[in-house]
Amino acid sequence: MIDPQVLERHGLKPDEYERIVSLMGREPNLTELGIFSVMWSEHCSYKSSRVHLKTLPTEGPQVLQGPGENAGAIDIGDGLTAVFKIESHNHPSFIEPYQGAATGVGGIIRDIFTMGARPIALMNSLRFGSLDESATRRILEGVVAGIAGYGNSIGIPTIGGEIAFEPAYSGNPLVNVFCLGTAKASDIIKGVASGVGNAVYYVGAKTGRDGIHGATMASAEFDDKSAEKRPAVQVGDPFMEKLLLEACLEVMQTDALIGIQDMGAAGLTCSTTEMGSRGGAGIEIDVSLVPQRESGMTPYETMLSESQERMLLVVKKGREHEVEQVFEKWDLHAVHIGDVTSDGFLRVKNRGEVVAEIPNRALTDEAPVYRRPMEKPAYLAQVRVLDLNLLGPAPKSEDALLRLLASPAIASKRWVYRQYDHMVRTNTVNLPGLGAGVVRIKGTDRALAMSVDGNGRYCYLDPYRGAMLAVAEAARNVACTGARPLAATNCLNFGNPERPAIMWQFAKAVEGIGAACRALDVPITGGNVSLYNETDGNPIYPTPVIGVVGMLDHADRVLSRRFQTAGDAVILLGVGHGELGGSEYLKVVHDQVLGEPPALDLKAERALQDLLVALADAQLIQSAHDCSDGGVAVALAECCFDSAGIGADVELEGVNVAQTDQVNIAAALFGESATRVVVSTAEAGVPKVLAMASACGVPARRIGRTGGEVLRIGVAGRTAVEMSLKEAERMWASALERYFVRRVA
Amino acid sequence: MKFAVIVFPGSNCDHDAYYAASHVLGQDAELIWHKETDLKAADAVILPGGFAHGDYLRTGAMARFSPIMREVQAFAARGGPVLGICNGFQVMLEAGLLPGAMLRNRSLKFLCQQVHVRVEQTDTPFTSACRRGQVLTIPVAHGEGNYFADPELLARLEKNHQIVFRYTSAEGELSEESNPNGSVAAIAGICNQTRNVVGLMPHPERACESILGSADGLIIFESVMQFVKSGALVGGAQSA
Repeated sequence: MIDPQVLERHGLKPDEYERIVSLMGREPNLTELGIFSVMWSEHCSYKSSRVHLKTLPTEGPQVLQGPGENAGAIDIGDGLTAVFKIESHNHPSFIEPYQGAATGVGGIIRDIFTMGARPIALMNSLRFGSLDESATRRILEGVVAGIAGYGNSIGIPTIGGEIAFEPAYSGNPLVNVFCLGTAKASDIIKGVASGVGNAVYYVGAKTGRDGIHGATMASAEFDDKSAEKRPAVQVGDPFMEKLLLEACLEVMQTDALIGIQDMGAAGLTCSTTEMGSRGGAGIEIDVSLVPQRESGMTPYETMLSESQERMLLVVKKGREHEVEQVFEKWDLHAVHIGDVTSDGFLRVKNRGEVVAEIPNRALTDEAPVYRRPMEKPAYLAQVRVLDLNLLGPAPKSEDALLRLLASPAIASKRWVYRQYDHMVRTNTVNLPGLGAGVVRIKGTDRALAMSVDGNGRYCYLDPYRGAMLAVAEAARNVACTGARPLAATNCLNFGNPERPAIMWQFAKAVEGIGAACRALDVPITGGNVSLYNETDGNPIYPTPVIGVVGMLDHADRVLSRRFQTAGDAVILLGVGHGELGGSEYLKVVHDQVLGEPPALDLKAERALQDLLVALADAQLIQSAHDCSDGGVAVALAECCFDSAGIGADVELEGVNVAQTDQVNIAAALFGESATRVVVSTAEAGVPKVLAMASACGVPARRIGRTGGEVLRIGVAGRTAVEMSLKEAERMWASALERYFVRRVA
Repeated sequence: MKFAVIVFPGSNCDHDAYYAASHVLGQDAELIWHKETDLKAADAVILPGGFAHGDYLRTGAMARFSPIMREVQAFAARGGPVLGICNGFQVMLEAGLLPGAMLRNRSLKFLCQQVHVRVEQTDTPFTSACRRGQVLTIPVAHGEGNYFADPELLARLEKNHQIVFRYTSAEGELSEESNPNGSVAAIAGICNQTRNVVGLMPHPERACESILGSADGLIIFESVMQFVKSGALVGGAQSA
């Protein structure tokens, strides 16, 4: 009965099946095959990525929990810990945007409270195709509404994120969601099953047929049949999750728990196997005891269902009643479905009869690991070449700046984030759109800053450097609030790893992340890999998304991008080299994705970030804003926006990267050289700021002052941009919304 | 004084209201589970924001069946000050503590942003420290805050001076743009005829500290503190 068609439906290769037979010492039955197929799927086993991920730095005195648990954890002082992770829900969000995104949020929240932490902040990183396509607008509206619908209901603020638009994501949008929680460090609880005879409990929503093979779906490419996979997308119930969250946190206060794990990808299968495996024990359950929402479900379906809002708990023998009572308070019913055993097997019974019996090791440690072939992609030779002298006619600098400010990637995302409750829990001290998200920690003076960043275009042009730049930007954004970057989480979105070119991109990106994380001392504490992001053979841009978390010792010293006072001095930290490769300017104005992404000197980056933290702590600067998409010109405009109309008059140094003045001016204004931050300070503070910069080895120059209703930028002594701030801000503020104004026929 | 903050299973601003009352204002405050039947000698009751029972039916529709609501109703009937914030306001409408109904926002989207509300009445326990016409900057965060009253009810609310807060510009002017959700007559909050029950969509508990962007919401809580201290409530509402 297990023939090649059955194997193909399960996403298993013939040699993988042979490995199963040899590990089992017999042919598996269909239930067992199903269990192997999800546990050995790319999504659960990391079989293609594991050898590369091992090279990432994961340790440091600040790390309390590295990769391998439900989420990472770091020390934030006073015996407290911050628990955080980022995860993708790309495939489900393409098939059913609202529920795909909503359940992505639900999943990452469960990962955080499963660790014993109360979730206090959400962020997201989204990628879509061009907004000119109606399909993209529909997907974006659905994704945003799904994120809002789940996060708002459960009462966790969505405090920021990023959105980018590239045709490469048209058939494969990316939805990466980040969650952070806090806990007493001593309260951290793990996903482990141990102690023979301890009870295994199931709690939460009933199990249905939804999401069967979701993990396998996420491990395959899309084609025109993908819409038929809609039943593999789950439906979220944020109210149920709210009950689970509160009840689980309450149960964790009793010390009656051994371990707990949410049922995410691969549901009951993954949670029982992983908990047993981590604890060096076995788990035996009877699926007939599992609460079911549909009748006639087979053990196969019950084990593979990905119904949402379910948790698996291991409870100390004799303490069951206590645990049950807490769940009863929240009108949840915890059901005893099995026990911990000593034999290291996952044993599944149905009304007492064994229907699957597999050694945990076979499903986890013995899962295949591939060192897949890699090859530098052929396209690179063409796209890396950029001759700035062949760019063709360009608009005036003012017009180019306005076009950039109105491009969806740069334009204000207010239309999106005002759909998210970003203030609930009354901790949000930096609102969305002002830089990294910042939440204070009640009961302390401190605050946590967090930023998620990635640049698919840079990574397409150079995955190694692009990934380094993503780490640097996320950490820089955190440092711009005055927070010291502490640790990182990553979400690696790539195409089909069975293609050597994609695998090369992946390996290079991981190398880049490792190098940058080491240099900036932000170890990776966990994350997620999403492969097979392709539709009809067209891969997405390689898109590693990095979330960095940092800490401010004084929440009230937090900085945002906005100029605060007219008459302050504007200082540029770092130096621009007019690097236009892979820039937003090239894309928006010249419709080109070419060249090399900006160079990155990690030592200089570290020095800049250290300086920012010191300047903020000494309360020497009023604002800080990183120069990224659109270069220093866009950064300056953004410093003026939302500032109640404080303009600026600045003078930039020229660059010499092309034959014509026009291109050189554009490069000075819109080049995206890394490691640059615009800060403002009271005039009297200028000497101190410059002295501290010099002591840190950071190039710094006073480039002008704030004030007036105009943004004027001179380049090499000549005025390049002079525009009404009001007009520029109106363009920037309304650009995104204009795509969604209901078109009346 | 003592605040009681009612906790429905889907409340999510319960801790925010509790924090404002206890930590910012330094008053006694207690979270009271919806299955309880005792308000624990509170001087004022807050129905907080959130999604009381998931609100998949209508916002606040099921909360009135929670056991504690009988006590809240009785407390209100005795003249005790009760404040409904956001979902708490929606619960009040469903429970008949206040008249009218909520529709989805005009934009059909959830909306979280700072708004300006003008204080229209200063003779309620929650606005007694305000000046009439004072403009407060307080955030809203809701998907269904589009308050609806038919012309008859609207006329009655006007006549009885039951419209307590209206959405306005920063200068206190009424305008289409400053009404975030399409509420009839720009209504942001109302009170009952005896004035002790006040419901509003904006979140004063989110605007109690300048680090959060505004401390304008404090005056709502300070008002009720003054009200309770002054013994305005003759005989006390606590004891039945």
